[in-house]
Amino acid sequence: MIEVKNIYKTFYVPHEVQALSNVSHTVEKGQVVVVIGPSGSGKSTFLRCLNRLEYADSGHIFIDGVDILSPKTNINKIREEVGMVFQSFNLFPHKTVLENLTIAQTVVRKRTKKEAGEVAMELLKKVGIHDKAGVYPTQLSGGQQQRVAIARSLAMEPKVLLFDEPTSALDPEMVGEVLDVMKTVAKDGMTMVVVTHEMGFAREVADEVVFMDQGMLIEKGDPEHFFTNPESDRTKAFLSQIL
Amino acid sequence: MRAPGKGRNYEIFWKTVFFIGLFITLFGLYWATQQVDYVWRWERIPNYFYYQDEININSDIEGSITAIKEQGNNAIVTVTGENHESEQYEVPADGLRVYEDDTVFVGDTIGVEREWKPGVILDGLFVTLKVSAIAIIFGILLGLFTGLARISQNPALKMSAITYIELIRGTPLLVQMFIWYFVLGTLINNMLDKYDIPQIPPLWFGIASLAIFAGAYVAEIVRAGIQSVHRGQMEAARSLGMSKYYAMKHIILPQAFRRILPPLAGQFISMIKDSSLLGVIAIRELTKGTREAVSTSLQPFELWFLCALLYLVLTFAFSMFVQYLEKRMVQR
Repeated sequence: MIEVKNIYKTFYVPHEVQALSNVSHTVEKGQVVVVIGPSGSGKSTFLRCLNRLEYADSGHIFIDGVDILSPKTNINKIREEVGMVFQSFNLFPHKTVLENLTIAQTVVRKRTKKEAGEVAMELLKKVGIHDKAGVYPTQLSGGQQQRVAIARSLAMEPKVLLFDEPTSALDPEMVGEVLDVMKTVAKDGMTMVVVTHEMGFAREVADEVVFMDQGMLIEKGDPEHFFTNPESDRTKAFLSQIL
Repeated sequence: MRAPGKGRNYEIFWKTVFFIGLFITLFGLYWATQQVDYVWRWERIPNYFYYQDEININSDIEGSITAIKEQGNNAIVTVTGENHESEQYEVPADGLRVYEDDTVFVGDTIGVEREWKPGVILDGLFVTLKVSAIAIIFGILLGLFTGLARISQNPALKMSAITYIELIRGTPLLVQMFIWYFVLGTLINNMLDKYDIPQIPPLWFGIASLAIFAGAYVAEIVRAGIQSVHRGQMEAARSLGMSKYYAMKHIILPQAFRRILPPLAGQFISMIKDSSLLGVIAIRELTKGTREAVSTSLQPFELWFLCALLYLVLTFAFSMFVQYLEKRMVQR
């Protein structure tokens, strides 16, 4: 589904940082991959490269066999299939919850308002916010906003869903509800790449855990092995700090 | 609202100070005009808004009035000459100036027709209103386009936008108006003349100068508005597969527009006032109209106060309208 081959990314602003250095990884269809690592390790950059919000300097990224780093690729078409959930939700504050879910469907997928509305209500029910369809996002709690954001991505019926620290901006008591929704999505067979600090979620849901540090992919493995018996010293050091 | 930590007397005292100050200023002005023997004639002012024009209906032949027939509100006057040639004139009954058997010569007034006509100040007000309204529309369109070009990645668009903005903001509006009228206006109209296309009246060069002047400032306001929308909004829109165009149209611009309304209103209020410069290129707007009225009436005090008041009404109405728009948008 996703095939990343030797990508590099350097930021020059505000100062030169090698954010990604020779990262390669493959995500199979239906797999849930959790990416962990200390802050500044490049995990968010890695995720943002997957839908080209960041343009990798070199290497190849294939989504469903299409090289998204090729200038000939229509990135909008790729992004229709690769949804993203952000740390700060990024809901559209001038649109109601329902409109947040329907806008891309009507504009990009060319669905009628009615079709889009039906899809949207279905998803809002799934994430448990159907009674708030008519309100504006600012009237919702953080947890509710993030659930709406997940529903907004799902409304496009993507093949892959990327999560960029979806619970990091939430009050602790709201983390659970968002993780529950993510688990439901995972159970439905969605291919997911999740950057998170929620080790519980990683253990329970992930098919594979990836550890990154200083722009490099240090270690990967199934959660059981990863958490109980890590090989790399850096992984060990990181896990001992957070567990 | 009462100032925190201050008593009731504090409020009353300083409000009284304000009104006394206002009263002293107005009275002082009145007193000064008394010293120079200025005679206030406010009753003459309405004439500059609307006045009854009298059109004389004159006889074309020499002869005597042989008949006056009433017909509704009009009277049909028949003039018969020495050689029995006759002419008929229809005049309003209340404007009749002749009686039967009167002798009239060529050019004598048989009657007057009265007609209400807008005065020079009302005419000027209309021109100011028209010029401002059209310039605001074009200013917004131009500013929006230039603002988008200014943040575009395309070097040609970006550099054109910067050149335009710097050129316009760095030169006086008055000079720009002269250039529009005397340079560009002459060139364009000469070209049109060469190809037998009708000329463009000065009014449109005036509108162009105002719209293009305002457009440069609007562009910077638009740019700041767009850049004030959080980056995440664009990322979220793009990650849903929206093209840059759709993301701008549906997500970024609606949010930016709400934020730029107040500075935009300020810019256009300033432009309405700047339209008073248009008199220098022969456009008879409110200020030029007032100047003409002053030179014929010799009542400068009343007329200039009136002129200022009319501008205040225009700008205040505009500002109220924008506030209404703002409230309607922020309600959500």
